[in-house]
Amino acid sequence: MKIVVCIKQVPDTNEVKLDPKTGTLIRDGVPSIINHDDKNALEEAIKLKDKYQNVHITVLTMGPPQADVALREALAMGADRAILVSDRAFAGSDTWATARTIAAAVRKIGEYDLIFCGRQAIDGDTAQVGPQLAEYLNLPQVTYVKHLEINGEKVTVERALEDGYEVLETTLPCLLTTIKELNEPRYANVRGIFDAYKEKTVEMWTANDIKIAADQTGLNASPTNVKQTFTPSPKGQGTILCGCDKDTICELMCKLQEKHII
Amino acid sequence: MNFNLTKEQEMVKTLMRKFAETEVKPLAAEIDENERFPRETVEKMARYNMMGIPFPKQYGGAGGDNISYAIAVEELARVCGTTGVILSAHTSLGAHPIYQFGNEEQKNKYLKPLAEGKYLGAFGLTEPNAGTDAAGQQTLAVLENDHWVLNGSKVFITNGGESDIYIIIAMTDKKKGTRGISAFIVEKDAPGFSIGKIEHKMGIKGSSTSELIFENCIIPKENILGEVGQGFKIAMQTLDGGRIGIASQALGIAQGALDESVKYMKERKQFGKALSQFQGLQWMVADMATKVTAARWLVYNAAWRKDQKLSYANEAAMAKLYAAEVAMDVTTKAVQLHGGYGYTREYPIERMMRDAKITEIYEGTSQVQQMVIAANIFK
Repeated sequence: MKIVVCIKQVPDTNEVKLDPKTGTLIRDGVPSIINHDDKNALEEAIKLKDKYQNVHITVLTMGPPQADVALREALAMGADRAILVSDRAFAGSDTWATARTIAAAVRKIGEYDLIFCGRQAIDGDTAQVGPQLAEYLNLPQVTYVKHLEINGEKVTVERALEDGYEVLETTLPCLLTTIKELNEPRYANVRGIFDAYKEKTVEMWTANDIKIAADQTGLNASPTNVKQTFTPSPKGQGTILCGCDKDTICELMCKLQEKHII
Repeated sequence: MNFNLTKEQEMVKTLMRKFAETEVKPLAAEIDENERFPRETVEKMARYNMMGIPFPKQYGGAGGDNISYAIAVEELARVCGTTGVILSAHTSLGAHPIYQFGNEEQKNKYLKPLAEGKYLGAFGLTEPNAGTDAAGQQTLAVLENDHWVLNGSKVFITNGGESDIYIIIAMTDKKKGTRGISAFIVEKDAPGFSIGKIEHKMGIKGSSTSELIFENCIIPKENILGEVGQGFKIAMQTLDGGRIGIASQALGIAQGALDESVKYMKERKQFGKALSQFQGLQWMVADMATKVTAARWLVYNAAWRKDQKLSYANEAAMAKLYAAEVAMDVTTKAVQLHGGYGYTREYPIERMMRDAKITEIYEGTSQVQQMVIAANIFK
C-alpha cells in the first residue's frame, strides 16, 4: 500500500505571544513544529506500516526551505520518503491555490492508495486544504476521522460529529483528514533522527518539477481576500459559587435571572 | 571553531526535552518519594532508541555521537536526576566498555541487546575497601578449566539489581598490582552471583544502588573483557567516558533548578512586586546562569573531543568537577530563592539539591578529578 501524508510546518502556538499594541503574532524566535493534526495523520500511516507489510509512506509538504526540518522529523518517526514542494511562485497561496499545487505534486508522485491530511493547521485553522485536495484529485474523502479500519480495498471510518460520530464506508484510493482522537503520535526515534540526516534525503520540487503554471499558484491564483484580522476581546472571568445552602442557591438564581437565562 | 549544534543534535535536544517533560517529569517526585526504579521509563527509552545513542547501528545503537548522548542525559536530568543517571550508567559504564574493549562475539551477544535497551547494564568496580583507591581490589577471579570463578563483593553499584549485564573488575594476579586486574562480563543469573544490600540514599532515590555478591560465581572463560591484566586500564578509561555522562547529569540538574527558579521568581510577589524585579536576586540568577553556561561548554567540549577521537580524559575530569560544583551551588541557591517553599516537597527544588550532591561523589569524587587534572598539569 502506498500512502501519502500531507503535513504543514507551523509555529508552535504554545510559544507564540501576541503583541499587545498591534494584536499581531510575534513570530520571532518561535520554534516551528509539525502541525498537531498532521502528526495524527502521520502516526496513522506509520501504524498501518507497523501492521501490514509493503506499506510505503511518502510525506509531502509545501513550504519554505526551512520546512526541511519538519520532513526530517517525519522521516525520524518512520516515513520512507520526503518531498518538499518549494518555490517563490507559491508565495501568498490561499487554501485553493495551495490545494491545487499539492494536487500537482501528488500527481507527480503518481501511485498512491491513501492520502492522509491533518484536519486543519493551527496557524490558519481553515480545514480546507484536505477536502480541496480530494476534489482536485477526484477522490472520495472522509473528514474528521477518529477511527479507521482497512480491509482489502474497503475502508471503514468513524467520522466525528459535534454530538457523536457516524460510521462511513469507502474504498481505496481515498483521502482522509484526521483529528487528535484518532491516535497518540509517537516521538521521533533517536536512531531515526541520525538516519534522517545521514542516510535519507529530502527531495526538493519546484513549480517546474510539478508542472504547475505560474498563474495557477501563488497570490494571483488565490481568490481569498483577508479583509481584516482581529483578536476577539477576552471573555470576563466567570464566577464560581460553592455550597448547597439556601443563600448560595438564591445567589445563583439571581445571577441567572440577571442574565435572562431563566 | 563552531559553537552550533548540528541539525541532528538540535533535533535530539528537542525530542529529549519533550520526552523528559511529558514522560519523565510527571514521575520524578513519586519515584523519589517511594525509592522506586522507573522501569516503565527505561522501556520507553528503549522503544525510541535512547539506550545506545553513541554506538553504531550494527551493534544496536542509534548511530549517533557523544554530544547527542550528553544532551540526552542533560535533558533527562533537567527534570529527574534519577532518570539521567540510569541512562548514563547504562550507556557509559555498562555498554561502552564492551564497545571499546569487547571482541566481535561479545559485541553481538551483549552490546547489541544493551544498546537496543533489551538489557540494562551496570559496572562494578567499587568495593568496601576500594573506593577512590580503585587499585585495592579484593574480589578475586581464578581460572579453572573452562570457566572463571569469582569471589568477593562490590558496593554502591548504580543500576545494581535492575541490570541484566554487569562489567565486573576483579584481581586475577595479586602480585602484579594494577597489572593483575582484569574485567569480566557477568550475566545477572550467573551461578553464585547475588544482589546484596540495597542502599537508601539522600538523592537520586529512584535509581537502584546495590551491593553485588560473588560466592564461587562461575562465568564462562570467554567472558573476560579484553586481555588478562587489562582490567585497571579498562576501568579507568570507562570512568573517563562515564564522567562525561555524570557531568551531563550535573549540568541538567543545574539547568532544571535554574529554570524552576526563573519561573518561580516571575510568579512570586513580595513587597508588591515579583521576585524577578529585585536587583539583589537578579544578580544571584545572573551568576547561576553564567555558571550553568560555562559548565555546558566544558561538558560539550569533552564530548566533542571524544567524538573527534582526541584525548578527553583531562577535559572530562574538568567538566565533571566543574558541572558537579555548579549543580550543588545552583540548586542550593535555587532553594534559597524559593524560600520556605523551596525547603518543602511541594516544589521540586529540594529534590534537585539532594540529587546534585551525588554528582560530586560518584564516578570519581571532586578530589579525584582534581588529582587527574593536576597530574596532567605536572606530568
